[in-house]
Amino acid sequence: MDTVFLARLQFGLTAGFHFLFPPTTLGLSLLVLIMETLYLRTKNTLYKDVSAYLVRILGVVFVMGVSTGIALEFAFGNNWAAYSRMVGDVFGAPLAAEGVFAFFLESVFLGILVFGRKKVSPKTYRLSAFLVFLGAHMSGLWIIIANSWMQTPAGFRMEGGRAVLEDFFKAALNPSTVVRTVHTILGGWTTGGLVAMAIAAWLLLKGRFPEKAALLMKASLAVFAAAAVLQLGSGHAHSVQVTRTQPEKMAAFEALWETQEGAPFTVFGIPDETNEKTHLAVRIPKMLSLLVHFDPSGKVLGLNEFPKEERPPIFLPFVSYHLMILFGLLFIFIGTAGVFLQVRKKLSGARRYLKLLLFAVPLPYLANELGWISAEVGRQPWAVYKVLKTSDAVSAVVPAGNILFSLILFTLIYALIGAAGLSIVLKTIRQGPGDEQAGTHKGAA
Amino acid sequence: METWDLLKNVWFLLIGVLLAGYSVLDGFDLGIGALFPFLAKSEDEKRTLIRTIGPVWDGNEVWLLTGGGALFAAFPLAYATVFSGFYLALMVVLFALILRAVSLEFRAHDPARKGLWEAAFVGGSALPALLFGVALGNVVVGIPLDARTEFTGNFFTLLRPVPLIFGVLGLCAFLLHGSAYAALKTEGALQARARKAVKVLVAATSAAFFLSYIAVWIDMPGAVKKIPAWVFAAIVWISLGSLMRSARKANDKRTFLLSSLTFLGLWGVVGAIHYPNLVRATDPALSLTIANASSSALTLKVMLLIALVGMPLVVGYTVFAYRVFKGKVGPGDAGY
Repeated sequence: MDTVFLARLQFGLTAGFHFLFPPTTLGLSLLVLIMETLYLRTKNTLYKDVSAYLVRILGVVFVMGVSTGIALEFAFGNNWAAYSRMVGDVFGAPLAAEGVFAFFLESVFLGILVFGRKKVSPKTYRLSAFLVFLGAHMSGLWIIIANSWMQTPAGFRMEGGRAVLEDFFKAALNPSTVVRTVHTILGGWTTGGLVAMAIAAWLLLKGRFPEKAALLMKASLAVFAAAAVLQLGSGHAHSVQVTRTQPEKMAAFEALWETQEGAPFTVFGIPDETNEKTHLAVRIPKMLSLLVHFDPSGKVLGLNEFPKEERPPIFLPFVSYHLMILFGLLFIFIGTAGVFLQVRKKLSGARRYLKLLLFAVPLPYLANELGWISAEVGRQPWAVYKVLKTSDAVSAVVPAGNILFSLILFTLIYALIGAAGLSIVLKTIRQGPGDEQAGTHKGAA
Repeated sequence: METWDLLKNVWFLLIGVLLAGYSVLDGFDLGIGALFPFLAKSEDEKRTLIRTIGPVWDGNEVWLLTGGGALFAAFPLAYATVFSGFYLALMVVLFALILRAVSLEFRAHDPARKGLWEAAFVGGSALPALLFGVALGNVVVGIPLDARTEFTGNFFTLLRPVPLIFGVLGLCAFLLHGSAYAALKTEGALQARARKAVKVLVAATSAAFFLSYIAVWIDMPGAVKKIPAWVFAAIVWISLGSLMRSARKANDKRTFLLSSLTFLGLWGVVGAIHYPNLVRATDPALSLTIANASSSALTLKVMLLIALVGMPLVVGYTVFAYRVFKGKVGPGDAGY
């Protein structure tokens, strides 16, 4: 088999699996911080119990994230040695900075959150919650800086076939960093928020810890609904940026075969790459131009502008992008309905809504993965946009057989720890936000 | 010296500091993991031993990730050559670290598969403890590289005698460090076993150090003639000797500090004989050195700034966290 294909498959699998956990951590660390702040303000121990409950869940999610993150730190050298040699001068620094500025912070203070409740003062504990929140988000920022540089590289020059850093801030704050960071973090808040809402819904449906469940519901609904609405804006801004900086990617998202003034938004369709046609297309005239240029007759570049060997695949980015938007709109609906019920004080008894939340849990995860697939597949055939092709980025010395071997082991090990991790998270959730001591003791036994 | 040259030297030193920091901190986690079945017999003892590292192992491991990231950023050519060249060996290390990372949490919460997760903890600690030394041994004694600085050997090239001796030395030092930490943090029968292990392991580490020094002497006679190598070797011998005495007197704190110092001395020896190489090639003309494998002066400067701002903070709050969890650990304490 082809080494490039296998290396991509392995990176996709390991990064895609890893990407289940950090978004959850982003949302849950925010909720823990909210609960600890409320506890410190009100001295109401209900908040403390809810926080301790979330910390137990966060602990499991975090080790899954750490465990699967190590593989990615290795991956650039393992499978993408040509890439590492060519762009390491620019790309390595954000990875190192993530360790120094974010990962240490998150790990050390998570140790205090999980094990140190009785060893530090409430104020120090809240500070630890803040630093875990900060560490998790800074970690996201640095990784997205690295990723964004691959999408919209800036702040460097080519010298002897290698990218050489010219301006650190231009490279770090390249045209897609800020909007992608906001978009990803909001995705994390949506994920953590909805997970926490579903947990609260389950407790309410079972009639367990109703007071604590109601508190958790209120806080997580606030986070989820706000993030879902803000995501509409950030998603839009992100699409505008993609149109400006990677026009062939936007053309792939929309299966826009020909450049058009007044381009339509394709609501549904089945793109056919060989015949360059979209079957069963349902289009809103002029909508795409309006959305990305704020002008119904604005010109949007089509795939015809780009040589075939420099076009991304169309089908996968098209489908992923559209499903992601669909889920995003669904989240706004779920959030608004929740706020409506909450304001009318009917949320705790709205059994159908609560059940809906349980079934909705996979959706934010799907939305995150789909967004990531659109972004990364839409960047192809480039590893670094217009600088280095993915096919030229792999390790020359690693034979296909070795990658196949590691790919099989990754699959088996991730299946094992994924299944075990999920069952442990579910078990932790089932224990409920009981009295903190009892919970810790039970967990330890 | 030109700024760029200075920066290259500084980064050679700083990566050494990160890796030494990793050895001193995560070193005892690895050692405790590998010695787990020998030190802890009852479930209470097992839980106690796990709790000595529970709150800190994760932060300790970040030293490795940061060291790896810093190597990538400062010397991308060396990072690319080693990580792609040692593919299968590093995959083994990687799978071990992945399983170890989840093992403690899972062992506590997944009673049906407790044995499996315990094995993951032990194997996931022992394998990296051995293979880190093997990998280091290979880049120090030299590996076959071609003109494009690509590794031309295979998995078995890595298992030559001298790197294997380095592996054994690393393993002994990790085990020594783990038992010293266990003696410091526990009481009773567990502590007695840990103290006994320290005495055996200090002898084993001394023997392995002596052997590897001889091996390097035969393999690379020029390298050991450097004065700093002798100085650091003397530090290793002195700390191992004092360690033996403090182990006899059951002075656990001193023992732990001395096993930390042993690690620093070992890294000093490696740095002294290896400088200015990053990856020694069988044909010395092809070696990757700080001169030909580094990033640009600007990248090294930015990274230095990041390190100067960030690392004092890291050290500060790491010390804080260790103070929060200081003292002896018992089975009733908060933890897994």
